[in-house]
Amino acid sequence: MTALLKVDALLDDLEQGLRRILQARNIDDPVLIGIRTGGVWLADVLHKRLELTEPFGELDISFYRDDFSRIGLNPKVRPSHLPFETEGRHIVLVDDVIMSGRTIRAAMNEIFDYGRPAGIILATLIDLGARELPIQPDVVGQSLSLKANERVKLKGPDPLSVELRQADAPASSTGQGA
Amino acid sequence: MTTTDASARALQLNDQGQLRHFLTIDGLDRDLLTQILDTADSFIEVGERRIKKVPLLRGCTVVNLFFESSTRTRSTFELAAKRLSADVLNLDISTSATSKGESLSDTLLNLEAMASDMFVVRHSRSGAPHFIAESVTPGVAIINAGDGRHAHPTQAMLDMLTIRQHKQRFEGLKVAIVGDILHSRVARSQIQALNILGADEVRLIAPSTLLPSDVESLGCRVDHNMQSGLKDIDVIIMLRLQRERMEGALLPSEREFYKVYGLNTDKLAYAKPDAIVMHPGPINRGVEIESAVADGPRSVILNQVTNGIAIRMAVMSMAMGGQRAQKGQDAEVRS
Repeated sequence: MTALLKVDALLDDLEQGLRRILQARNIDDPVLIGIRTGGVWLADVLHKRLELTEPFGELDISFYRDDFSRIGLNPKVRPSHLPFETEGRHIVLVDDVIMSGRTIRAAMNEIFDYGRPAGIILATLIDLGARELPIQPDVVGQSLSLKANERVKLKGPDPLSVELRQADAPASSTGQGA
Repeated sequence: MTTTDASARALQLNDQGQLRHFLTIDGLDRDLLTQILDTADSFIEVGERRIKKVPLLRGCTVVNLFFESSTRTRSTFELAAKRLSADVLNLDISTSATSKGESLSDTLLNLEAMASDMFVVRHSRSGAPHFIAESVTPGVAIINAGDGRHAHPTQAMLDMLTIRQHKQRFEGLKVAIVGDILHSRVARSQIQALNILGADEVRLIAPSTLLPSDVESLGCRVDHNMQSGLKDIDVIIMLRLQRERMEGALLPSEREFYKVYGLNTDKLAYAKPDAIVMHPGPINRGVEIESAVADGPRSVILNQVTNGIAIRMAVMSMAMGGQRAQKGQDAEVRS
């Protein structure tokens, strides 16, 4: 396991990218939603950096996963918590890693069950490519191309760090492939 | 422990220890019961959304197979299945084929031929859901919605969820179960759940005629007096007097029962000042409980009903997930 990336630099890039896109779209009152677990840690940091006043939301997509029929229910599911109305709001959805795009599809399905947002901007710290669905992040910290036996994991919440693992190590929740 | 309970334990878990059926509390461990409560907590939040649905059981067919009448339990199971996006079939047994002489096995075969994925079973005979779980095709989940005097595990779990919401823990809690213990499948499941989850003491308060003969084996303190029985109690669970199950003269009269064991404001004062009052319903007002208590500030009876939907969503999704995880593993072994 090795430290892979400088998270602070990636967070700087994410913050700047988000500021640019929000300004370009004339959005001055976005709300942040982090996908558990890594996305929530990142949403917490971005929430402070962007100096947003409304609390950020936390999404647990366990009830929306498309692999329930193969692996069953995640035993560690926790309630989602969106402390604001989503109807008509501009949402910034935050996750640590995007790979297949299935987690983001599940997250968007869940968000729409709370109401119809005006729009969703997707920010991810790392893009691993290997998409299985036509979903692309609007802002990315860094794109990586991993070997078949490699995995990345965001560790945190304080301090945040990204580690590279070999696939023969026990797989853990990284958002990869879901 | 009965043979039924011993084999139910083996039957209701898959190779990875996940729930496949939910037949009895007996034999399940604290981690699994806690997982059911935690999952139910997440489903409570779903009930507060604009769209109160999640797609977990989309494409699944759930059959409510009620051989005994019920309104609240059947409705909450139906609502739970619908909130999980399942298709629901409510089978009215009084007009179904079994009343025309068809055997239970044949009825089940026909329902399975309709590609059912889950049967929610209520039956007046103890062990009926167990029998069905042994008989059905692998991959079909059976949920016990109350069988005879044996078990009512989802009711017990919704009671546990209600207790945890109000008391935050089970350790150190003293819980009194009052009334018709003899005929109560709810009480049996509650006692098992409270013991597994680590309650300090479960006290049974009832006349001797309404206690089972094996009461000592339940691991509870028995009291025949409300004043001493309710002392230092954190949670009072009143049971329904099951008039329809009464055989012989077990009580002098309902009036007499209420006088001695009915919960009114005066008797409630024997318990701790913050004690909560529960009842699995339906309530016989003026028989088990006074209206002022049932509708009073310490009553959590309607919370129990709301929690019933979340608990049933949790159990149904966990059992279906356990069936599918098992099926996936079986397929992997075969390939």
